[in-house]
Amino acid sequence: MFKGRDIVSIKELSREDIERIFEVAEDMIPIAKGEKKTDILRGYVLATLFFEPSTRTRLSFETAMQRLGGSVIGFSNPKATSISKGETLADTIRIVDLYSDVIVIRHPFEGSARLAAEFAEHPVINAGDGAGQHPTQTLLDLFTMAREFGDISGLNVALIGDLKYGRTVHSLAYILSKLGANLYLVSPPLLRMPKHIIRELNKKPVETDKLEDILGEIDVFYVTRIQKERFPDPTEYRKVAGSYRITAKLLSSAKKNAIVMHPLPRVDEISSDVDPLPHARYFQQAFNGVPVRMALLALVLGVV
Amino acid sequence: MEEEKTLKVQKIKNGIVIDHIPCGRALKVLKILNIEGDIGSAVSIAMHVRSRYGWKDIVKIEDRFLEEKELDKIALVAPTATVNIIKDYKVVKKHRVEVPDRIVGIVRCTNPRCITNQNEPLTPEFYVISRDPLIIKCKYCERDMESDEIVENII
Repeated sequence: MFKGRDIVSIKELSREDIERIFEVAEDMIPIAKGEKKTDILRGYVLATLFFEPSTRTRLSFETAMQRLGGSVIGFSNPKATSISKGETLADTIRIVDLYSDVIVIRHPFEGSARLAAEFAEHPVINAGDGAGQHPTQTLLDLFTMAREFGDISGLNVALIGDLKYGRTVHSLAYILSKLGANLYLVSPPLLRMPKHIIRELNKKPVETDKLEDILGEIDVFYVTRIQKERFPDPTEYRKVAGSYRITAKLLSSAKKNAIVMHPLPRVDEISSDVDPLPHARYFQQAFNGVPVRMALLALVLGVV
Repeated sequence: MEEEKTLKVQKIKNGIVIDHIPCGRALKVLKILNIEGDIGSAVSIAMHVRSRYGWKDIVKIEDRFLEEKELDKIALVAPTATVNIIKDYKVVKKHRVEVPDRIVGIVRCTNPRCITNQNEPLTPEFYVISRDPLIIKCKYCERDMESDEIVENII
């Protein structure tokens, strides 16, 4: 079912596909932690092509491949490659495809992963294409919620912060809605979720600019960074950013089993006094990137 | 009534009549057919003409026939249009234009950061996600384009 498949957009994954990925990811957890050893991907080569810097995504893919016994080639600084000499992405992909069994790509232009998937014979996994898709991030976010609550359907999920430019929240909103979650979109009016994203949701979300109004209903607080550059006026930025800050005090009126997630890096959207609370799930979420990516590599290479 | 039946533009001997163009889109139709300046045959345009369904534009082009790709382009600009093929002053064929399910190589993506707008060996491709109103989605960057943007970006 998965062997040879490209993972470009979350929209191409069915509910059954997602369940299968999570089933395999669950089995990968002890291996991801180093408690169990395996070499099911021995002899396989992963190429990681990072045309844009990324720490977590690249390191977690490389860890995932190595934990499964495979090896990794690639670059994270395109300036040192032939791309800087003007080679097309299509040609770069054709060549790397000859050197490897699976390709992971992050690229600044939208649709670049789709191009890569068309030019490569081997499976391609999208690790973020500009403001487009970042399906493995979406999957690890979902996996974190599914592990916590069992079922996504019926969950009350608040997406908080920059819902206009934040790439992770667009795909996340789409898939949460498809799986039956209730969405609460919390953002300053300037950074509301674009209409074309809302149009694709199954159910009308609750939109608000006041976190306090919905605080007691929420199971998952998914917080994103509000970037300073989006505001022409720095005082306006400080005011807005401050009003969406998650603190221990704020969480005292939240549901007892509510969790707080963040794709990281955080700046000050989540105060450090939240870190020791049972609500904090963002570090666990970052770890989950490893078993989810292990599952995807093993599935598209057809070894599980 | 009698006055409405009177033809406002001359009949043509051989060529095409593109009728039922949405009001104001006649010049766009000419533009996508690359009709500007001297093309060696007669072109007539009627804009804001009364029809049974309200107002419409009409374009008549003498000694010109259309390829499949051009019909698809007209469908994007004027989804309600009909194309009549005229031979010896008679309509020999009449067809309604239809927006194809996949639009390949006739529209450019409006997103400047789409990989199809870089220097890559790619043909832009879109899926139709709604016909009325017309909305298409780029196969590569997944950006939606609506009617006005589509008209501005026909190749």
